[in-house]
Amino acid sequence: MATTTKVSALPLDYKATQKPRTLWGDAWRRFRKHLLAMLGSTALIIIMLGITFGPLIWTLDPTYIDIVDSFSGMTAEHPFGTDNLGRDTLARVLYGGRVSLAIGVVAMLIGILIGTLVGLLAGYFKFLDSPLMRLTDMFLSLPLLPLLLVITLLFRDSLRVTFGPELGIFILTVIVIGCLGWMPTARLVRGEVLSMKEREFVVAARSLGAPDFRIVRNHILPNVLSPVIVSATFSIASAIITESALSFLGLGFPPDFPTWGRLLFDGKDFLTLTPALVLWPGLMISLTVLCVNFIGDGLRDALDPRITK
Amino acid sequence: MKKPVLKIGALVAVLLLLTGTLGGVFAQDGETVTILYWQAVSNMNPYLSGGTKEIDAASLVLEPLARYDETATMIPWLAVEIPTVENGGISEDLMSITWKLKEGLLWSDGTPVTSADAVFTWTYCTTEETGCAQVANWTDVTNVEAVDDLTVKVSFGVPKPFPYGPFVGSTSPLIQKAQFEACVGVAAQGCTEQNFGPIGTGPYVVEEFRANDVVTYTANPNYREEGKPFFQRVILKGGGDAESAARAVLETGEADYAWNLQVLPQVLASMEAAGIGTIMNVTSSAVERIHINQTNPDPALGDARSVWAEDGSNAHPFLTNPAVYQALSMAIDRQVIAEQVYGPGGVPTCNLVAQPPIYASSANDSCLQQDMEGAKALLDEAGIVDTDGDGVRELNGVPLRILYQTSTNAVRQANQALVKQWWDELGVETELRNIDAGVFFGGDPASPDTYGKFYADVEMFTNTFDGTDPESYMAQQQCSEVSGPDNNWLGNNVSRWCNAAYDELFAQLSQTVGLEARAEIVKQLNDMYVQGGGIIPLINRADVSARANSLEGVRMNAWDAELWNIADWTRAQ
Repeated sequence: MATTTKVSALPLDYKATQKPRTLWGDAWRRFRKHLLAMLGSTALIIIMLGITFGPLIWTLDPTYIDIVDSFSGMTAEHPFGTDNLGRDTLARVLYGGRVSLAIGVVAMLIGILIGTLVGLLAGYFKFLDSPLMRLTDMFLSLPLLPLLLVITLLFRDSLRVTFGPELGIFILTVIVIGCLGWMPTARLVRGEVLSMKEREFVVAARSLGAPDFRIVRNHILPNVLSPVIVSATFSIASAIITESALSFLGLGFPPDFPTWGRLLFDGKDFLTLTPALVLWPGLMISLTVLCVNFIGDGLRDALDPRITK
Repeated sequence: MKKPVLKIGALVAVLLLLTGTLGGVFAQDGETVTILYWQAVSNMNPYLSGGTKEIDAASLVLEPLARYDETATMIPWLAVEIPTVENGGISEDLMSITWKLKEGLLWSDGTPVTSADAVFTWTYCTTEETGCAQVANWTDVTNVEAVDDLTVKVSFGVPKPFPYGPFVGSTSPLIQKAQFEACVGVAAQGCTEQNFGPIGTGPYVVEEFRANDVVTYTANPNYREEGKPFFQRVILKGGGDAESAARAVLETGEADYAWNLQVLPQVLASMEAAGIGTIMNVTSSAVERIHINQTNPDPALGDARSVWAEDGSNAHPFLTNPAVYQALSMAIDRQVIAEQVYGPGGVPTCNLVAQPPIYASSANDSCLQQDMEGAKALLDEAGIVDTDGDGVRELNGVPLRILYQTSTNAVRQANQALVKQWWDELGVETELRNIDAGVFFGGDPASPDTYGKFYADVEMFTNTFDGTDPESYMAQQQCSEVSGPDNNWLGNNVSRWCNAAYDELFAQLSQTVGLEARAEIVKQLNDMYVQGGGIIPLINRADVSARANSLEGVRMNAWDAELWNIADWTRAQ
């Protein structure tokens, strides 16, 4: 990574005892001081560890029906209780978390990748600006849900045959959500790039004869990272929620396949009877989204050298 | 700076006022009865709407000559008696039926009811441009004539063993000639005043009709029975959903009656525990069933997917095998489904025709008990075993993998999950799919997800029939009814099940007279269809409604309008 601080002005003996400071080192130092961000990361890591290794420890099958034990309260046998068919809520929440988080992260990566690329190109190259931004407008004006329905209808069967029902729908869902969620990122990035490319250091780099690719990579991209990271956090949240909506409309995963959104929708009918069915998946969705937002907040502060406390 | 505060204050005041008036509307008293139909009423003319809600709403005002009571017995209503061959009301050759009106009947505007009104009702509904929704009641009717002021004769073009279509039941009531005379044909839809406030003979008259919202009725001053109805006003409120309607009657007591409560039994039971309302179930002929696709739904087939071929060339690779569909049925524990998923509203059944009892066959009752071991043995004997060790049985190298679709509804998804567990245990891998009800039942020929297209191996839904005679219901399983591209996937035979012997026997049914003989044929048809693997019947569903405990005299009816005896309802003191 590029070093931005020259340390030659410091006293010689000081320099010998201190490691050179880097952009990322500084960022990490600032990030650690951000209390909420650290709390968020800790909680998210715990959730991630839980859903990754939890099912190995809590080995109940999330789809196993034990009708005799329906609506069980929080017992040692079922710490989170059971649903109307006697399926264990803890196992379902753990298993559902894998799917929901995987969808959130992968869809976010796809969206961010496309969004950043479009934003950089539109902001940096004037001749691409207008066509790319009109494309973005066009995507923004597309009604998301009907489009999702049509795409799922068209490609569901062929993907199901190729990859099986679960993986097929996973691929379809993340691609569709990712490809329809890049527009806000693209707009943000373009705006930042537009202001950035008039800055002195970019003008300096250009006057030194640096090629466009290097200017974008070394000077502009690191400086537009903070809005990208913030919108990435929002993308994860909205991807989890969009997947829930799809499942509810019957175009997502099979109805017995647990995801957090599906558990929430299934549980809402029993809100007065056994609130735990809604409480746990709801809590997990909120907690995850909150954590990711705190982390985004912390990262933004940490990565922006202009914000100093 | 004060303006926003003022605005908020005004808003709060308006909201308070609104809730205040609503509270007033819903208050229980001896004068008014409040009924909730969570699907709102759009019209008061049953001839212009096929919806249950419109037919029920109109039944307070418009009445037929005869109707079915809650035991499915036909009783005379505006007629003196039920015409039969024995009492001379039906001609010996079964070509005509003669009805006699009660004497002294008055419309709510005070004018007398005559046979001319009956003749007019026939003209109104059978004039093509009217767009009458109940035209099926007049099948084969060639003429309706007024013999005298109180006698109506209906003539048929063919012998009619069951001539009780016209003027029987809530879908065929009398309308007043004087009021609707100008509304025949193309003018029918435009007659808003008539369609929203028909003049009738029933216990109530429409006071105010707000389409898709509220209907307010007041007692009919000219009602034929002295001292009835008990309630001076009826408010029929539409909108909301089943769960909140149930809550309003069972938990908060805001309303007296709530219709069609499709809510999970555990939720309903928890509401009933509040102790101010009662859940009512009445047996109906509705059967929740799994249809078995007789054709191959493989996506690789393209346009030939799920299309029936007469030579059997596109048959399903394994579901037409008797061992397979019998085993699938045996593996299901219908008792558990009935108790856990449908609650008191469901009874296990093994038949297509489960009600009325006289038509219900007992030949298939072995399915009422789950027999997992028997099902496994059946498949083993037929050589359908797991040969490659993946836990899924194969028939001729084709693994038994099933795509099982239905509409999105908490009750159905619970049902699906249970069946999947049993079938997986049997060695039949099951994949579930749920489709939005609007799409699934929508009938759009362009959508791949409709129940008629049936791009799945099995699918589940409920079907039923009106009234008590299942003839038209049995007609749906004929080869000519097979759903396919030629009828825009709207054919009634969604299983694509075709059996020449069935068609022959059905032809006999339509010419058979006498309840016993007809019932015998219906049972045989039912057995042919069920044993031939057209469907796996699951549950005979009941109609579920709720009433306030203070409301007395309610006799819920699944064979006619649910509110048929509202004139007898009273409030407990």
